[in-house]
Amino acid sequence: MAAQTVYEVRSLFFRYGSARKEHPWVVRDVNLRVDRGEMLGIVGPNGSGKTSLLKLLAKILRQQEGEITLFGQSLETVTQNEVARQVAFVPQDNQPTFAFSVAETVLMGRFPHRPRSRWDYGFGWDSREDWAIARQAMITMDVWHLAERSVMDLSGGERQRTVIARALTQTPTVLLLDEPTAFLDLQHQLEICSVLRSLKEHRGLTIVIVSHDLNIASQYCDRIAVLKEGTMFAMGSPREVIRQDVLQAVYGCSVLVDAHPESGLPRITLPREGVRSR
Amino acid sequence: MGILLTLTIALTFVCLQLGTRYVSIGEMGSTLGRVLGLLPVSGNETDMTTDAILLHLRLPRVLLGLIVGSSLASVGVILQALLRNPLADPYVLGVSSGSALGVSLAVLFGIGTMAWAIPALPICGFVGGLVALFVLYRMSATSDRLPVHSVLLAGVILNAIFSALIMFITSIMEPNRAFSMMAWLMGSLVAPVDQSLLALSAYLAVCLGLFFSKVGVLNLMTLGEEPARSLGIDTERTKRNLLITAALATGAVVSVSGMIGFTGMVVPHAMRLLIGADHRLLLPSSALVGGMFLMTADTFARSVFAPSELPVGVMTALVGGPFFVYLLMWRKDRLS
Repeated sequence: MAAQTVYEVRSLFFRYGSARKEHPWVVRDVNLRVDRGEMLGIVGPNGSGKTSLLKLLAKILRQQEGEITLFGQSLETVTQNEVARQVAFVPQDNQPTFAFSVAETVLMGRFPHRPRSRWDYGFGWDSREDWAIARQAMITMDVWHLAERSVMDLSGGERQRTVIARALTQTPTVLLLDEPTAFLDLQHQLEICSVLRSLKEHRGLTIVIVSHDLNIASQYCDRIAVLKEGTMFAMGSPREVIRQDVLQAVYGCSVLVDAHPESGLPRITLPREGVRSR
Repeated sequence: MGILLTLTIALTFVCLQLGTRYVSIGEMGSTLGRVLGLLPVSGNETDMTTDAILLHLRLPRVLLGLIVGSSLASVGVILQALLRNPLADPYVLGVSSGSALGVSLAVLFGIGTMAWAIPALPICGFVGGLVALFVLYRMSATSDRLPVHSVLLAGVILNAIFSALIMFITSIMEPNRAFSMMAWLMGSLVAPVDQSLLALSAYLAVCLGLFFSKVGVLNLMTLGEEPARSLGIDTERTKRNLLITAALATGAVVSVSGMIGFTGMVVPHAMRLLIGADHRLLLPSSALVGGMFLMTADTFARSVFAPSELPVGVMTALVGGPFFVYLLMWRKDRLS
């Protein structure tokens, strides 16, 4: 049985800026398919359009040309709120401005599911069901014991877990994450990655993750999309794309690729300067 | 919330009692009785004076303090959430002085003396405030996360420009009009005409209604535009509607009571410390406490040096200014 398609992206073009001033394309002619229940990694150098592509999938940005469909429906015809019921987005920068508690922050994830009319969002008090879902998400992300704490007082790892808990509270079918492991120490990187894997395996969540860390992408993703200057340079399983020649072409430097001692999947290592010139 | 409401009502009565002449609860009761027709109309000179003081001087003024205060505090809450800046306040950001400039221009060109001046002046203030907010909005829209201090700096500059223009306008006016203009600018709740109280209430009822209908969204807007959009909010429309409403509320308030500073910053801040950041509680409680705050400040302003009185703007600035400095110093680490 063929896997169900979640996203279908066809010849997507996107650039920032207004109509008056034309900026260069950030995303150029990208085609992509995301299957249900897979974990897709998007990697590439700085400024290769990874984050923009992710935001286009979340309908945070609008493309100038091309089409994105979500479960067969064009994103253009789906309201922001309907997207938010299906797709949860975890941004990279999560600096809070006000001292909301962890529980309050996580409960914000219920917003897309609240009944409302066009003019009146009302107070939207949290129902018992909202609380139950939020509690479960907090337990999954191991922030339940922090529920009453202010988000201002959290460490980077706790804050990242809180934001992922908020995303899970949206009860999405797709989870989009922008650099979820950046700025985290090893233990927290490992924690986040294994939670993501178990969400994929046990709840069938479709996960798209933008990462700078090629090793994490290689170990955890089913497929990897490699972007270069806004275009799709390579696409395939870790073994197919985490290769010396591909990385040399994309990043412009040679790296060592060998096999991970446990999984046998590709593993990269930065060379010593002397190694290359020898 | 019930406690706050009770407290507000109780404080209203206390503020009615105090002033150049003290009015006891008993006297107030008998005035109320006469108004409701329960007691016979009194021919007594003292009773009539009491009635006049209460009904025509103090009641409009105390009510004005209440609605102006709660509007300023609500606008403060809205601006703080939208600009993601805990120090935002219509006065500090130059929105009030923009409104004041609009109203001054209207007065200069004689709109102030026309028959429809009472509903028209708030509109002029609205336009002025909108200009100020538009500049601030453009600034914060160009970068995703503008440092708190840059927005404040922009407010300082806007304030300086608008104040200079207002000074220019006052200096070319005839002296006695200029004098009353200055008194208004300093921020005062000098008993208004009943119609202007009515017009103001109508404007503000609409604004506060709109604020409250969007209260569920405010929490999410504090996350930033992109996260808010990913949670299903039409951020552009929400932001535009709320900013326009905030400008309208500020314009209406300024056109009647001049520039009363810091209420919009001090009150939401204090409430955030007391009850937390959730706007579903923060907005209504700030509105109530803002009303109490200004009503009390005004009662002080007119009682302490009775029979002469201080502009209430002086009172709020004396309380709010040091508080603002304290926040800037103490919370420096969290604001940058």
